[in-house]
Amino acid sequence: MSERRPQARTRSGVPIKPVYGPGDVRAPPPPPGEYPFTRGIHRDMYLGKPWTMRQYAGFGTPEETNRRFRYLLEQGQTGLSLALDLPTQLGLDADDEQALGEVGKVGVSICSLRDLETVFQELPLDRVSTSMTINATAPVLLAMYEAVAAGQHIPRERVSGTVQNDLLKEFGARGAWLFPIQPSMRLCVDVIQDCVERLPRFNPISIASHYRDAGATPAEEMAYTLSSGIAYVEACLARGMDVDAFAPRLSFFFYTYTNFFEEVAKYRAGRRIWARLMKDRFGAKVPAAQMLRAACVCGGHSLTRAEPLNNIARVTLEAFAVTCSGLQSVFTAAYDEAFAIPTEQSARTSLRVQQILAEETEVARTVDPLGGSYFVEALTDEMEAAIGRVMDEVAAQGGMVRALERGWVQQAIARRAYEWQQAVESRAQPVVGVNVARGEAAAEEPELQGPSAEAAERKVRELRALRAARSAESVRRALDGVRRAAEGEANLMSPIREAVQAYATVGEISRALEDVFGRYQPLARF
Amino acid sequence: MRIRVLIAKPGLDGHDRGAKVIAAALRDAGMEVIYTGLRAKVEAVAEAAVQEDADVIGLSILSGAHLPICERLMAELKARGADIPVVVGGIIPSADHERLRALGVRAVFGPEAPLPEVVRAVQALASGEQGDVHERVAGAGAGTFAG
Repeated sequence: MSERRPQARTRSGVPIKPVYGPGDVRAPPPPPGEYPFTRGIHRDMYLGKPWTMRQYAGFGTPEETNRRFRYLLEQGQTGLSLALDLPTQLGLDADDEQALGEVGKVGVSICSLRDLETVFQELPLDRVSTSMTINATAPVLLAMYEAVAAGQHIPRERVSGTVQNDLLKEFGARGAWLFPIQPSMRLCVDVIQDCVERLPRFNPISIASHYRDAGATPAEEMAYTLSSGIAYVEACLARGMDVDAFAPRLSFFFYTYTNFFEEVAKYRAGRRIWARLMKDRFGAKVPAAQMLRAACVCGGHSLTRAEPLNNIARVTLEAFAVTCSGLQSVFTAAYDEAFAIPTEQSARTSLRVQQILAEETEVARTVDPLGGSYFVEALTDEMEAAIGRVMDEVAAQGGMVRALERGWVQQAIARRAYEWQQAVESRAQPVVGVNVARGEAAAEEPELQGPSAEAAERKVRELRALRAARSAESVRRALDGVRRAAEGEANLMSPIREAVQAYATVGEISRALEDVFGRYQPLARF
Repeated sequence: MRIRVLIAKPGLDGHDRGAKVIAAALRDAGMEVIYTGLRAKVEAVAEAAVQEDADVIGLSILSGAHLPICERLMAELKARGADIPVVVGGIIPSADHERLRALGVRAVFGPEAPLPEVVRAVQALASGEQGDVHERVAGAGAGTFAG
């Protein structure tokens, strides 16, 4: 007699049947490119435009980062993604006491426009778009990027890229907040409004799902992220903006792990929910305003330190899931990400994963290759329901902003992270090389690379030289302008641009804003 | 007496999945846990540990800034005449484990450390056990501190 197995479930808790058939599929979804875009936002998807291969890179000094960018482009990467160090993300200059030990560690250190000019020196910004993982200081980095592009004589309407600029997930999961929630929302909308009016090819926000990496299930991840999307749409509408003008510029960013089919269903369901929301609740008429355009990361918490080479297999599966789902841009993490900054070799290998998928498999030759699979279509419906239930819970909390202010989201995620860890330790959740098929080689550690030891000191010296060389009077005037604008209600981008062009630093501009906005007081619950 | 543990998240890194998981595990093991929240200043961590009469301090650091942070914490504790054992969890290259021990850190846990092992180490330190309480076991659990 066979042992009775417990019901299999996806990570979001959706039951998985032993076999699926025609009776499990409600109705076949409309073709790709048609509302509600279950099968993809474009009719021709990757046949028209392959996904963008965009590897997160940046460490140490602007010079080192410039070299890594050139290397990645030479290897065939098609977009740039700038990693910034924590001081830059949090509005601290390299010589700030709080920046001790953190300069150039998890990304490149950017203090002033000069640094960003160096990062992009001789890179073709008219042909390559850049994504910047920057949030609290997104307005400053956006202003700098525009100035760098202007310095390369690229017309404003051709400057393309993305600033993450999603503060809600910083309060909920990622922790790189600076100002309190309300002024943070104002700055987010300032950036969106400015890009809609002035930089038509720039994505002013990438509504991101770091909730997942902090512990949320796939259904919760999509639900929290789309609920944040609702909060931003409402904030833009409250500003008097036209939904058909700004919604096409909203982009999203998700995490993908090895639960292959559930990930595919998550993306298909997410597109459907977003399209319906935008059309029915917010009255968006143009299709572009109803489309969930998304980038994603493959890696994150799904990677293990044990037997690090196994991570190449994980990232491959994840990138395959994402490309089967028709996302727009993919970052495949390096196998050694759980140790340190990727080496040139590990960064190249993770890019090769995407190139193998694009060139050697059929995934880019036909649209929505898994469409019509009984399992995938049924799971898409189930995920839609599961995501909808969590979105209803968020709505019952008063929406995402209120739910975050109360700490409701944070506590739900922390509970999930704890459950996950317990499931791994009890082996209810298998992780190969960790609690299953664990070998002696588990402790092997790859070659490590960090920023050079002198990088931080050199950075501080250069910063002081810059402060001495620039016009103190223009900087003072520009920072006063930022402060005055913050006290009023006008869009802050214009005074921030002036400050950046006067070579005011990230730290100085952030302090000017903090003088008016104050600082977020975190909740310390677990 | 219940063991009192201060879980601290010093430095600028905002990934506190691991810190919260550890805090929950220690709480479920019957300990009293105080969590500082993100971006705790090193002096504030030392001060809180003394004020709260902590038996053990647990630091979670993933950004690579562990050496300067631990050096300063040790100095701050010494300045207060406090002899509270410190353990560190996070992304710590193995080459730095010895350096942290040399600074006086009593145990270092990677993302692979199983929760019961962390609980036992904290119990041993709280009961005044001397010497190295922690044998690093690699590959035994995913993502305890990582995030």
